[in-house]
Amino acid sequence: MKVLGFILQKEFRQIFRDKTILAIMFALPTIQLIILPIAANFEVKNVNVAVVDYDRSSYSQKLINKIASSGYFRMVGNTISYHDALKLIEKNDADIMLEIPQGFERNLVREGRQQLNMSVDAINGTKSSIGSGYLTAVLADFNKELDVNVKSVNSSAFTQSLRIDITYTDWFNPRREYKYYMVPGILVLLLTLIGGFITALNIVREKEIGTIEQINVTPIKKWEFILGKLIPFWIVGIIVFTVGLIVMYVVYGIFPKGSIAVLYLFAAVYLVALLGFGLLISTISNSQLQAMFVAFFFMMIFMLMSGFFTSIDSMPDWARKFSYLTPVTHFIAVVRLIVLKGSGFWQVKTELLYLSGFALLLNGCAILNYRKTS
Amino acid sequence: MKQLLAFIRKEFYHVFRDKRTLLILFGLPVVQIVLFGFALSSEVKNIGITVLDNAHDNNSEQIIYRIKTSSYFLLRDPVLSFRDIEEKFKDGSIKCAIIFPPDFGGALSHFGKAQVQIITDGSDPNTATILVNYLTAIISNYQQQMKPAPQLSYQIIPQIRQLYNVEQNGSLNFVPGVIALIFMIVCTALTSVSVVREKEMGTMEILLVSPLKPILILIAKAIPYLVLSIVNFIVIMALSAYLLNVHTRGSLPLIFGESIIFIITCLSLGLLISNVTNSQQIAMLISLMGMMLPTILFTGFMFPIENMPWIFQAISHVIPSSYYYIIIKAVMLKGLGFSYIWKETLILTGMAVFLLTIALKNFKIRLS
Repeated sequence: MKVLGFILQKEFRQIFRDKTILAIMFALPTIQLIILPIAANFEVKNVNVAVVDYDRSSYSQKLINKIASSGYFRMVGNTISYHDALKLIEKNDADIMLEIPQGFERNLVREGRQQLNMSVDAINGTKSSIGSGYLTAVLADFNKELDVNVKSVNSSAFTQSLRIDITYTDWFNPRREYKYYMVPGILVLLLTLIGGFITALNIVREKEIGTIEQINVTPIKKWEFILGKLIPFWIVGIIVFTVGLIVMYVVYGIFPKGSIAVLYLFAAVYLVALLGFGLLISTISNSQLQAMFVAFFFMMIFMLMSGFFTSIDSMPDWARKFSYLTPVTHFIAVVRLIVLKGSGFWQVKTELLYLSGFALLLNGCAILNYRKTS
Repeated sequence: MKQLLAFIRKEFYHVFRDKRTLLILFGLPVVQIVLFGFALSSEVKNIGITVLDNAHDNNSEQIIYRIKTSSYFLLRDPVLSFRDIEEKFKDGSIKCAIIFPPDFGGALSHFGKAQVQIITDGSDPNTATILVNYLTAIISNYQQQMKPAPQLSYQIIPQIRQLYNVEQNGSLNFVPGVIALIFMIVCTALTSVSVVREKEMGTMEILLVSPLKPILILIAKAIPYLVLSIVNFIVIMALSAYLLNVHTRGSLPLIFGESIIFIITCLSLGLLISNVTNSQQIAMLISLMGMMLPTILFTGFMFPIENMPWIFQAISHVIPSSYYYIIIKAVMLKGLGFSYIWKETLILTGMAVFLLTIALKNFKIRLS
C-alpha cells in the first residue's frame, strides 16, 4: 500500500507540473460542451424552394403564397425558367424546385386534375424526404381549400366519414428541444475523448522518454503500477464530469432528474473502464504517435456506434450487437436515462453489470500486458 | 535537391517503420466506409412501442396488428396501467406508447369518431417526430380502409423527381463527409507531431545544423504524408464506388486536384501546430481532441450548417473541410464543373498558402 502511495505522489506531481496539459484537460471539454450543443441540431427547417411558374394565373399565385406563408419554406430566386431553377439547385441555393405547368388553372377547373412537377435534391436523404413531405402536405391542404370553396355550394353531398382523433404528448421534453438530447451525449463523448487520449499517451510517453526503466527496476508490482496510473486520471475524470454537469445546468438549465448519486456511481465505474482501455493501448504501443492513432481509431468507432449520432434500434442486427460491445454505448444510454427521464438504479442495473465487466476486463488486460522486461 | 531527397527518404523510413500506425491509417477509412454504409442510418426502425388497450375490441386490435407488422416498430409486451408506461420509458425499452380508451370501437361505429392517445419520448425529439408521423399514417390508413373518404373533386397530383440520387442511396450524403473528415483529422494529426517529436527526442539539433533551408525541412516532413494521403484517397474512392455504389459523376482529375489542395491545407495546419507546441501530447491533444468534434459538426454533413446561429456559420467558414465538402459534393455527386466551385477552390488555396506561411514563420531555427 505504501508503494502505491509513492506512485500516486509521482503521478500527481507530473500532472500538476505540466500546466498546459492541465489547462487542456479542463478547458477543452468545457468550452466544447458550451459551444457544440448549439451547433448540433438535426432539425430540418429553412427548406429552400424555387418555384417556376409557367402559368401565372390566380390559382398558381395563390398556391405560391400558400407555400411561402406556410412557415416551412424559404422562397428563393425569382426564377422564370426551369434552367434558372436548376442552377439554383446546383449551387445549393435551393433544395426543391416546383414547376407549375402552363394551363394549371384551366386544367384544374375543366378536368379536375392537374400534375405538378417537384424536383428534389436527394443527396441529403433526410432533408429531401422531410422537405418534399412538407410540400406535399401544403399541396394537399391547398387542394382541400379549393374543394371546400366549391363544395360549399352543395354541401349536402358531404358524406360523413370515420374519424379517429389522435392526440399526442411528448413526455420528458414537452417542447421537443434538442438540447436535452444533445448535451448529455456530448458530455459523455468529451469525457471519453479526454480520458481515453490522456491515458493512452501516458505509459508510452514514459517508454519513449526512457523513464519507464527507472520504474521497472523498482519492486513496484504490475497492478500497483497500473492502479497508480489509473487513480490520478480517475480523479481528473470525475472533476471533468462534475464541471460538465455544472455547465449543463448553468448554461443549458438541464438538471438531472434522477439521483445524482447513481449518476456518479455509473461515472465512476465507466471511468475505470475507459481509463483501463487507454492504459491497455498505452502498454501495447511503442510510440506516442502510434498510441494516439490506435486510440483515435477505436474512439471513432465507439463514438459512431454509440447511438449518439444515429439510433441503435435502427441498426442492422450485427451492428447492434457490436455496439453493445463498446462501453460508450452503455454509458450514453444510462446518462440519458438518468438525466432526462429520472430512471432509478433498479431500472438501469444491467448497464452497471456491463460497465463493471468492461472495467475488470480492460484493466486486467492492461495489467497483464505491462511487461517489466522488454 | 539531392539533400532534399535524402531528407524525404529519411521521413519515409520513419513512416514505414511504424507498421501499426500505417495499418490504422488505411484501416480507418475502410472501417468508416463500412460503418456508414451498412451500420449507421438516419432511418428510424425497430423502435420499441407498447400498447395500453383499454378497449380490447376488434378495431383496436386491428390497429395494433398493423403496428406490429410494420417494420418501424417492435411491439413490446402490452401494459395494464398508465404507471407501467412510465416504468417502461424509464428502463429504456420503449420510445413510444399508444393508448386506446375504453369503448374505442363502439364510439367509432356509433358516432363515427373515436380518440387515440400517443405518448412519445420527447427526450429524443427527432425520433419522436418521426414516430408520430408513422403512427398517424398507420391509423389514417386504417380509417381510409374502413370507410373511404369521398374523393376530392379537384386533384393536384405532385410528381416527385429525385435529382442526383434516383435510387435513394443513403450512402451518397456521407461519402464526401467521410472523405473530408478523415483527411482533416488524419493529415493534421500526422504532421502535428512530426516536428515536435524531433524536439522531444532531441534530434531537432541534428536537423538544425544541417545545411538544409527551414522551408525544405518542413516540405520534406510533409511529403511522405502527402503521398500516403493520396493513396488513402484512392482507396476511399475505390471503396465507395465498389462497395457502396457511389459513382463519380464529375471529372476525376478535378476531384483529384481539389483533394490535393485540401490535403496540403491540412498538412500545413498540422505543421503549424507542430511548430508552436512543445510536446507531442499537447500537439496531439490539440489536433485530435480539439479538432474531432468541431470537424464533425461544422463540415456540414451531419448537421446542416444553415440551421446554426450566425456565429457558428462564421466558424464553419474558417474550417477548411466545410469548403472541401461543398466541392466534393458538387463535383462527385452533382457532376458540376470547375466554374461552380472556383470560389471554394480559391479560398482553400488561400488557406493552404496562409497556413504554410505562418507555419514557416513559426519554425524556430534556434533551440531555446
